[in-house]
Amino acid sequence: MNLFKKIIPILSAVLAIAVQILVPRSSLHPQSKPYFTYVLIGILSVYLIFFIASFRSKKLNEKLVYRGYFIGGVILFFNILNLLTAKLALLPILYFPSLDRVFGVMAEEYDVLIKCILYSLRLLGLGIFFGALIGIITGICLGFSKSFSYWISPVIRILGPIPSTAWIPLVLISFPSAVSASAFLVGLAVWFPTTLMTSSGISNIQNSYFEISGTLGAGHLYQVFKVGIPAAMPNMFLGLFNGICSSFITLVTAEMIGAKYGIGWYINWQKEMLSYANVYAGLIIIAVLFSVLITLLFRVRDRFLNWQKGVIKW
Amino acid sequence: MVGEIIIDNAVKKFMSADGDEVVALNGINLDIKPGEFVSLIGPSGCGKSTLLRLIAGLIFPDGGRLTLDGKEIKKPDCERGFMFQNHTLFPWLNIYDNVAFGLRARKIYKEKKHNVDEYIELVGLKGFERSYPHQLSGGMCQRASLARALVGHPKVLLLDEPLGALDAFTRMNIQDEILRIRKEHNMTMIMVTHDVDEAIYLSDRVVVMSARPAKIEKVVSIELAHPRARSNPEFLKYRGEILKLLNYGGKITELEYYL
Repeated sequence: MNLFKKIIPILSAVLAIAVQILVPRSSLHPQSKPYFTYVLIGILSVYLIFFIASFRSKKLNEKLVYRGYFIGGVILFFNILNLLTAKLALLPILYFPSLDRVFGVMAEEYDVLIKCILYSLRLLGLGIFFGALIGIITGICLGFSKSFSYWISPVIRILGPIPSTAWIPLVLISFPSAVSASAFLVGLAVWFPTTLMTSSGISNIQNSYFEISGTLGAGHLYQVFKVGIPAAMPNMFLGLFNGICSSFITLVTAEMIGAKYGIGWYINWQKEMLSYANVYAGLIIIAVLFSVLITLLFRVRDRFLNWQKGVIKW
Repeated sequence: MVGEIIIDNAVKKFMSADGDEVVALNGINLDIKPGEFVSLIGPSGCGKSTLLRLIAGLIFPDGGRLTLDGKEIKKPDCERGFMFQNHTLFPWLNIYDNVAFGLRARKIYKEKKHNVDEYIELVGLKGFERSYPHQLSGGMCQRASLARALVGHPKVLLLDEPLGALDAFTRMNIQDEILRIRKEHNMTMIMVTHDVDEAIYLSDRVVVMSARPAKIEKVVSIELAHPRARSNPEFLKYRGEILKLLNYGGKITELEYYL
């Protein structure tokens, strides 16, 4: 049974390759190199390497058994999509280009796409770094200082929900360069949830933690750094997580202002050209990029918050 | 000898939810001698925890004075260790770092490092230094929090129903440990409890308090040698006396019939 679960992805991939080779392409779809076949063969060979290795490693074996249905299912989904588009042309051709063309874009325009990825990563890096840093600092000040909270929290409530597109005119005249303006928009998107979650995390800390640390001889500043911040850490990560998610959404908007390259800019541009194969290629890249970033964040969280295993889960 | 607490006419008022003033403590006078073990017992709402928090410096009196060795108590301080009913160990620190927290906060960790291991061993948690609080049982956490309160050598240890959340056997074990620690280190201990047996078993004096108005009903001196047997007739006599003061004495009447 377990072996069967591990074989499912192989069967699914072989089936997809068979369909790709044996079923003729619909004449409505433009001709292109069979890039989807290359992708399938690539996936199959990588999976086969894992499959063989899994007989040696128990951990890998469990993982493959667990993921078997899922990987098989995903390949089947693309197989069906391929049938519906390239093979049978049942979906509108303009909006649903063949998978061969979508992967073809990645193969043929890789130089532009890589440049776009690097530009976007720079923008995200700048925005997330400054947004998170300032967000955590504002959150801590809000959580600990009543007078800061008195003046600043109404401002946050007003600024937070404004959509990033609405900022564009103001940002354009306030910042010296397009990059800094775009980074500001991304940073703003990260800053708001980070601030909110950090300060709510701090105000939800049980008072007895502060009381006990006082009776142990901790001064006020020591309590802020050694009790307040670690206790609010789970919430800070939740805020960062939300912030990074909204930074992805903002990225497309941010790259509307004077960007030379960038994955959001690329998608916008290709959408206007009605080249949907390129749009999908961009979307796939964005999806992969973001899931890698989120996975990294989870790794960092697990390192920092290994104490909360069994305490809080999200 | 240090650790003398003088409570002189302490008054504490609170605002109730309706904005009325509620008098939680109305002129409490109590002198606690160095090295003495005093229990505060009484119905809930009698202000015994308020009194303990006043001594800790976590709250401030609206009238009167509290002093430790002649110095007025103005803020929480490492001279007065505190232990809550819930262990309040910091969940993000392991047992070792929890116990060492106070020493690090006071920047004396380097000199007093050996104390951390010593007290972890004293409360029987050797081998669990690297465990996190959520991995341990309630009793073990409470032991760790006892070690954390003791490691900085406070003059006074304040215990706010420290064993209330534990099962009966764990409770009796930790009671014996508290007595042992007290004998070794000779510090003043003040404990709030709901458990009459616990109060008699541990204390030199039991302060029986009454609610509304919150005041001291009577101070009962327990003149029994340690170790005390919980079933000793003298012990039971004190038990009867304190329960009667708390109005839980019950009526001892002639049996009218057998079932």
